Amino acid sequence: MNPGSPVHAIPDMFSPVSAPAEAIRQLWWLLGGISGAILLIVGGVVWWCATRFRALPGEDREPPQVYGSNQIEFAWTIVPVLIVFVLFLATARTIYDVQAMAPPADALEVTLVGHQWWWEIRYPGLGVVTANELHVPASVPGAKRPTFLTLESADVIHSFWVPQLAGKTDVVPARRNRTWVEPTETGTFLGQCAEFCGTQHANMLLRVVVDSPGDFAAWVEAQKRPAVADPLVAAGRAVFESTSCVNCHTVAGTGAKGTFGPDLTHLMSRTTIASGAADNVHAQLRAWIVDPHAIKPGALMPAMKLPDDQVDAVTAYLSTLR
Amino acid sequence: MAVLDRSLASSSPGEAVRLPVASRLHDWVVTADHKKLGLMYIASGLVFFLVAGVMASMMRIQLAFPQNDFLGPNTFNRLMTMHGTTMVFFVGMPMFFGFANYLVPLQIGARDLAFPRLNAFGFWMFLFGGLLLYFSAIGSEGLYGAGSTPDVGWFAYAPLTSRTFSRGNATDYWILGILLSSVGSTATAINLVTTVATMRCPGMTLRRMPLFVWILWVDAILVLFVLSPLTAAQVMLLFDRFLGAHFFDTQAGGSAVLWQHFFWFFGHPEVYVLILPAFAIASEVIPVFSRKPLFGYPIMVAATICIGMISMSVWVHHMFVVGLEPGANTFFAASTMAIAVPTGIKIFNWLGTMWGGRIRFRVPMLWCTAFLVEFVLAGLTGVILATVPIDWQLSDSYFVVAHFHFVLIGGLLFNIFAAIYYWFPKATGRMLDEGLGRKHFFWFVLGFNLTFLPMHVPGLLGMPRRIYTYMPGRGWDAWNLVVTAGVAVQAVGILFFLWNVISSLRGGEPAGDDPWDAWTLEWATTSPPPEYNFEEIPTVRSRRPLWDLKHPEDPDWRWE
Amino acid sequence: MSTAAATGPGVPENMRGRIGMASLIVAEISFFAVFIVAYLFYLGKSTTGPQPGEVLKTPIAATICLLASSVTIAIALRALRAGSLGGFRAWWLATILLGAGFLFATALEWHELIHERGLTIATNLFGTTFYSLVGFHALHVTLGLCMLAFVLAASLRGRLQPADAERTEILSWYWHFVDAVWVAVFSVVYLTAR
Repeated sequence: MNPGSPVHAIPDMFSPVSAPAEAIRQLWWLLGGISGAILLIVGGVVWWCATRFRALPGEDREPPQVYGSNQIEFAWTIVPVLIVFVLFLATARTIYDVQAMAPPADALEVTLVGHQWWWEIRYPGLGVVTANELHVPASVPGAKRPTFLTLESADVIHSFWVPQLAGKTDVVPARRNRTWVEPTETGTFLGQCAEFCGTQHANMLLRVVVDSPGDFAAWVEAQKRPAVADPLVAAGRAVFESTSCVNCHTVAGTGAKGTFGPDLTHLMSRTTIASGAADNVHAQLRAWIVDPHAIKPGALMPAMKLPDDQVDAVTAYLSTLR
Repeated sequence: MAVLDRSLASSSPGEAVRLPVASRLHDWVVTADHKKLGLMYIASGLVFFLVAGVMASMMRIQLAFPQNDFLGPNTFNRLMTMHGTTMVFFVGMPMFFGFANYLVPLQIGARDLAFPRLNAFGFWMFLFGGLLLYFSAIGSEGLYGAGSTPDVGWFAYAPLTSRTFSRGNATDYWILGILLSSVGSTATAINLVTTVATMRCPGMTLRRMPLFVWILWVDAILVLFVLSPLTAAQVMLLFDRFLGAHFFDTQAGGSAVLWQHFFWFFGHPEVYVLILPAFAIASEVIPVFSRKPLFGYPIMVAATICIGMISMSVWVHHMFVVGLEPGANTFFAASTMAIAVPTGIKIFNWLGTMWGGRIRFRVPMLWCTAFLVEFVLAGLTGVILATVPIDWQLSDSYFVVAHFHFVLIGGLLFNIFAAIYYWFPKATGRMLDEGLGRKHFFWFVLGFNLTFLPMHVPGLLGMPRRIYTYMPGRGWDAWNLVVTAGVAVQAVGILFFLWNVISSLRGGEPAGDDPWDAWTLEWATTSPPPEYNFEEIPTVRSRRPLWDLKHPEDPDWRWE
Repeated sequence: MSTAAATGPGVPENMRGRIGMASLIVAEISFFAVFIVAYLFYLGKSTTGPQPGEVLKTPIAATICLLASSVTIAIALRALRAGSLGGFRAWWLATILLGAGFLFATALEWHELIHERGLTIATNLFGTTFYSLVGFHALHVTLGLCMLAFVLAASLRGRLQPADAERTEILSWYWHFVDAVWVAVFSVVYLTAR
């Protein structure tokens, strides 16, 4: 990862860096402008009525009784119809621009699998598996490369949403949804699950790291390597492999082959743990192993109740998985 | 006309012989009188409103600061579910049925609904449904130890509701509570449809029916069409949970999306079921306080029927992010935008009614005027959300939360307050206090805008709904704090309201039969009306029978 | 406002029951519509067997029973209006027997499906949607039979007079509705399975 690339802290749909999000911003200004004008006009009429036609004290005479007017009714029916028709045409065009986009031959294919409450990320063409931090290449002049995402769920409905890159698409079990992004700037962009998916819906965060094409290639190479086997932390590895950690987690090249939790082969290449609920630093990692529920109450990873020295050993082991 | 003879009227309140508490209570429990049932609907709706309001305040305290520790995720999810479920099914619905019950027979010159005992059945089913939902708090063995209310969201998306993900019985209480109250609601809707069709007094043709009755009639018909699909879907979910059926079981080929279709086929028309009574109230209050007949009555009837019909073909706009075909998304964008047209026509007609009037800004009219502005904003954000690509960004974000609270508070609740100030004198014989009413109005409208205008912004900045906590530094912190502060201001308004109701019940100014110089039949009888409503069934010749009576030189029937 | 100019909306007294029943039927139709949609949506999507074509037989006898009962109930009502209480009882009883025959045929069908074909509501999507749809229809037939039996009992105790023809006719609307639902169920479930 390029240390110089900025983290965009505010996931703001008005600062798009990717084609679908940019199209949406343009549509927003059309809608926002028309809506603002209508609000001002109607608000003005209400204000005018409230001041001009307010009954003065002691004014008891009834005003002229007017029952309606077909001409006026016709006018204020036809005008909204025309406005709505224009808005509809703009809407339909953008729907097809975004939804009917076919992947070009060199598009990057990624499969994103929603779990309660983390993201599994697979690059089927590259043989890379990671979690919670999606790396994609920037689509720069001379190397245009959109990323197409296949969205699947392992349990309930989740929703993929990174506002600066694209609008959201639900992640529905037994259904494969597709969406795409084409970021033009490098940096880290924030998103999170947008469909209520249970206890820890709030802490199902997603980071998208947009790398320059060169950085992305380097990241892929690093991710394809098997796990570091550091003899200094053999004790921690032994604890890890002899407890039920291995039922849920994978560390490539070892006996740990579980798929219920995130792949830990290159845990240290990620900046957060617990799907973004905590920073990936030693103290937090240790606290997470001691009791995940102190950080993320309701998380499906159990507190393993290891003695302190074993916790230290496992933490040391995991800290070597670069 | 004996009915309108003032000498019959005005047995001043408090004069009646006081019965012992037990027998008065017994009267209320066994009653089949539409007025008593109407008041019980409204009163229980208000109680549920306060309960769900407290829940909302608790959630806002939790969200005032990032990573706050006031509530844990489980409590928050329960509060969120119960708040939504309560406000829709046990506040909005009873307000509709309460006002319809109380006023429809009076406005059409009838002595009761068509089936009085069915009416009582409907009310008690509704109330027991609500109590069953809340009984879950002590009766349900949830996943997290004894006592758990439902926590799957008021929309209960499959497969989160399956046995696998929702153990315990909380979800079953959600299903059964709503199912019971839906049976009651269907019964009452049948009753209202029949009453309006068959019980109108002599002379009251469909073209002379008050628009209030017209709108509620369309609303009741809409309930018949859309409520039973929800019941059916809930029965399916119950079969899944208890008999091992596979309707929404994604492991056995079942579809999670089908639940959404069924739910929103009910759920979107339900929004119109809730908002139509607001339109009905505004169509009653605005003319009376503008001193003019409603502008464009036939067009208003047509617009109401249009809204009722189109509302059944827009449900997929809740599902634009599900990943449906572009063709489906385009169709439902068109139908959703189309419904803005009849709704806009209504707004214009209310403005046309005010135009050229002599508007008296008493408290009911204040609420309706504020409603016009707030509801236009609600409608416009609705059109923005109907724009499918924008919805891809804003669906399930706080922008949506702000949008529909503008609809349901700025649209519905403002009008319910208008209705309470307007008809309280009729139901109790006493006026609500004008000064306290203005304080209530000022604080609540200020608090409402302070809460829900800023709430649009975190949605635009990427804050999803239904999260119990959020990370600092995302640009959401200050907005959320303002939103929470707004809730406190609203609470002040509500306290003025409660104080007003309680003190006016005891010592409000006597109202007389017709304090607003109004035109429909309920003002022709005493306040409160006798059990039989009218000494003699009235006869009408126009939409405004009391105008005809008060202005024999210029009666409406000359023009209609 | 004067009584002299009174022109009533012209609603006959007996409309109350008719409109009430019609409203109930509207609500019931939308209830069944959802189950029918679910059946069609999941048709052929079961991940395991049995499929409808393998186990369903066209229930011709049951269908004839139910359709005939709509005719007999109409004849019974005509007899009641004509003042023939005996004729009414006979045809009304025939209606009940035909309805019961339909239920019996359904019971036989379910017995075979459950015990010989191993199809239950939990077997697959077909079982789920089939038993729900057909079961809710059978439940409505059962409720209808209870009401028909109640009327028969009233008539045998001399409590039913030709003047009650209107109310009895409204009940018959419900029975015709149940019959019409069966036509829909028959087309959706049995004709698609052939």
